[in-house]
Formats: sequence, C-alpha cells, structure tokens
Amino acid sequence: MSGARLEIAGLGKNFRGLRAVHDVSFAVPAGAIHALIGPNGAGKTTIFNMIAGVFAPSAGTVMLDGRQIAGLRPDQICDAGVGRTFQIVKPFKGLSVLENVTVGALHRRPRLPDAQAQAEEILKRLGLHDRRHHLAESLTLPDRKRLEVARALATEPKLLLLDEVMAGLRPTEVDVMVAFLRALNAQSGITILLIEHVMRAVMALAAQIVVVSYGEKIADGTPAEISRNQAVLDVYLGEEEVV
Amino acid sequence: MSRLTVGVPRRALAMLAILLVLLIAAPALLGGYGLSVLIVVLYATYVGQAWNIMMGFAGQLSLGHALYAGLGGYVAAGLYFHYGIGPWAGVVAAVAAAVLAGSIVGYLGFRFSLAGVYFALLTIAFAEFTRIGFDNWPWSGGSGGLFLKVERDVVDIANLRGGPVLFYYVILILTAGTFVLCRALLESKLGRYWLAIREDAEAAQAVGVPVLRCKMLAVVISAALTAVAGVWSAFYDNNLFPETAFGISRSVEITLAPIIGGLGTLFGPFVGAVVLTGLGQIFTELRDWLHIAGIKQIFYGLALLIIVMYRPAGIWPWLANRLGLVERKP
Repeated sequence: MSGARLEIAGLGKNFRGLRAVHDVSFAVPAGAIHALIGPNGAGKTTIFNMIAGVFAPSAGTVMLDGRQIAGLRPDQICDAGVGRTFQIVKPFKGLSVLENVTVGALHRRPRLPDAQAQAEEILKRLGLHDRRHHLAESLTLPDRKRLEVARALATEPKLLLLDEVMAGLRPTEVDVMVAFLRALNAQSGITILLIEHVMRAVMALAAQIVVVSYGEKIADGTPAEISRNQAVLDVYLGEEEVV
Repeated sequence: MSRLTVGVPRRALAMLAILLVLLIAAPALLGGYGLSVLIVVLYATYVGQAWNIMMGFAGQLSLGHALYAGLGGYVAAGLYFHYGIGPWAGVVAAVAAAVLAGSIVGYLGFRFSLAGVYFALLTIAFAEFTRIGFDNWPWSGGSGGLFLKVERDVVDIANLRGGPVLFYYVILILTAGTFVLCRALLESKLGRYWLAIREDAEAAQAVGVPVLRCKMLAVVISAALTAVAGVWSAFYDNNLFPETAFGISRSVEITLAPIIGGLGTLFGPFVGAVVLTGLGQIFTELRDWLHIAGIKQIFYGLALLIIVMYRPAGIWPWLANRLGLVERKP
C-alpha cells in the first residue's frame, strides 16, 4: 500500500438549482493527511460523495494520481484506490464483523480464505478481533465507526476518505483512533482526507486544513494558519479559544 | 468440495447424509400416495431454493417467479409437442428464454434503481402480461391449454416420459444439486457480494461491489433454475395453462417455502416445504372429514400467520439452534 495524490479543481454540484458546492479546488499530496472542515451543511459530505462517485460533479475535475475519476461509479472508484466511510455508519447489519470486513477484502483478494485472513489482520489492528463473530448490528457506535474504517481499509485504498469517524467517541477513544490513523499513515503511506468536527483530532492529525462554508472554500492552510484566519473564525470557529 | 463443508458441524453433515439416503430409498419405502407427497415437497424445495437466491441472498423481492417457471415449461413442452424435441434439449431453450426474460426484468428494475415493492410490482407485471400473451397465442394452445400425451407406464428417460418414480428421482437430483450449488455460491465472492447488497447496497458499492452486475447475476441464475423446474412440472403434469403457469398464485407459492423455512438459509426451503406440504395434507384430510369447503384454506392461512408471527426469521434458524447445528466459528 502507498498513497495517491488527490487533486480537485473547480468542483461544483447543483441539486436542481440549489448550489451545494461551488468552485472548490484543493490538493492532497500522496501520503499526506488533510482535513476538510466547515459548519453543518457547508457541503463537506457532498464533496466526499463526488470524490467517491456517489454522484457526478456538475463542474470540475477529481484527479487521483493524475487520472480523472469524476463520473465513475463508486465501485470503479474503489477499484481506482479510494476507500471511504459513511458519516451515518452503514454496517452490513445482519453479517458478522468479520464478514463485513471480508466483503471489503474480497475486492483485491477474490478467494474467500485469503480475504478472510486479510480481514482478520485488519480487525486485529483496529481492536475488533475479539468481536469478529458478533453481528455488526450488536456493536456500539464507537465500534461501528471502527468497523467502517476496517471495511474501507480492507479494500487496500491509496486514499482514505473518513467522514466524521470521531463523532460520538469519548476523548480517550478519539486519542486511540488518532494514534491508529497516524500509525497507519506512517507505515503504509496512505493518503487520508478527513471530514471532522472534533478539532482535537483535526489539530493532531492534519498537516493542512481546507475550510468550506456555504459550498465554497474560504480558507486553506496549516492548522496554525487556520486557527488565526479571520474568515474562518467568523464563520466556523467563532471564538479563538476553541482552537 | 472440502471447502464447502468447512465450519459445518459433523452432526449436521451426518444428518444430511442420513436424509439423503432416506430420500434415495423413499420410492422403495413409500406407497404411491407417500411418494406423490414427497414429490410436492421436493418441487417446492427446489423452486424455493431458486427464488431464495434472489430474495434470501441478494435481497431482491420477486413476486413474479411464475414467469420463469411458466416460460420454461411452455418452451420445452411446446418444442416436444410440435417438433418432438425432447426435454433434455428443450431445457436448454427453456433456460435461455428464462434468462432472457430475467435479464429484461432485472435490467429495467436494477438499472433504474427500482427497489423493494416497486421492483416486486415490476416482476408481477411481467408475469401477468406474459400470461395474457400466452392466453392469446395459438402456438401454445392459448387459454385452452397445452397437453402432452400421458405416458406413465413407460420409462423413457430421453423424453422424460414415465411414472412418478422417474420424476421423483429427477427432482431429487435437481434439489440436491441446487443445495450444493447454493452452498458453493454463498462461499464464493459473488455470494458474499449478494449478502452485502442485501444488507446495504450503497455501502457494498463503496467497497467495490459491482452492484448492478451482481444483481443481474442473481436474477439470471435464479430464473435459469426456476425454468428447469417449469420444464419438470410441465412434463410431470402433462398439461399447461397460462393461468396456472404464469398466475400470481404460482408466484406466491414459490415464495412460501423459503419464507416459512428461513430466508437466505440453505436448508430453509426444504424445512418450509415439509411444513407447508404437511399442513396442506392435514387440512385436506380435515376438510374431507368435516365436509366443509374452504376450511383447508382458512386453517392453512392461519397456520402460516402463526408461524410468521412467532418465527419471523423462519423455522429453520430456530430449529438448527435447537438441534445444535449452528456453524462452528473457528
């Protein structure tokens, strides 16, 4: 596994006249961790959905290692090397934890025993191995978030899109997830783009932060720059002490 | 082959082997009545298994499976009736016709993201207008039906002409073969992808599952297997009517055994078929004894209601648990 470079240019999305995202451009270099932040309804998940192929952009390009992926189907984009989690978790409820992750692993390992072995490895790393035979619907929310990450990782992505995987976690659990993602990034060089409201995690992980508000990018910079950016403070962070 | 039995408790394999031996020996053990009941059980099991691939595995509700059974039956019986082409060749044409029909229904439904009951309505619509088409098509006898010569005293395997024992063994082989096929499918990449689609198609697609292709394969495989059942029943019954071949009641009957036995399970269709056929026989006896017309349907309906209320996941998951036959987790 290694990372891929993500480059988004002029990305826009209209939903029947409602301008959800307008002219958003940014790049995440291979192997970097960047964050995408902004108030609720700013268009962050819409941007993710365009990268992941849930719907095609109305304008602009999405390049993965120089290859245009905008407009491909989600499974083709997974094939190209993008893994994603869902903000509202979507486990395969009636399947066991192991089976959930195995489905992801089958993408690169079509033989079931190979995929299962791969899934077990990933579950060990995410601390879910002892619950591998539990039904996914029996997991607690923090475990479901971890399962989302495990299932996405099983597809061996070069770019991992994480949509609020820290939400609902206790501070200690946030620290565990942050440590895991940092180790994952260091070991495999995987590129990570995360949407996150938990600023503690954003500040700990992201080398660069992109801020969107009302569908437009309003700032782009290092955590230190963003925490001093007046436009950001106005629309999003509100008070300086938050950061 | 060994892969297929990984994790299955030894007791379950032993019981399965005993059941198979009993089923093979059944014609020698049972009289004509017993064998005819067992034929009904195996037929319901077989079509239930075929339907279960679509609904139980891939989560796509078809309430028009009579379309595939009816097409299969009419194609093979028509070829035999008009041109003397035997059913072993006819079944190839029958399967081809059902696969074509399944592809059309599947593509229209899945390409345009019809889900749940809307997809089910589409399947009913196709079965219904095929029925109306056959009602008015002289080649197949129209609404007056298509009749094959009854030849119960011969044993002509090449033309599938013969008595109940011949038909019993054919449906037994089909059922056992499909049981193994379903297990193999579930233990394959495609089978796991179906389960993922059943649980959450969007999440499945995000981890690389080509959802449209997998759904199409489910409907095509299911339709092909169902068409074979249609051929078998056409030659067993020796008559075909559009109303019984394509009617909604046939479509619903196909769904009952797997629903009662346990959707998505391998053994559910058989358990469901045994229970349903058993209940049917008991209530027929009751009707004949009490001389009250319609009492069979009332009790049959009530029994189904009670089973669905108390065992919503079907009888087999509960029974398997009771018998200690749940798969081992290594």
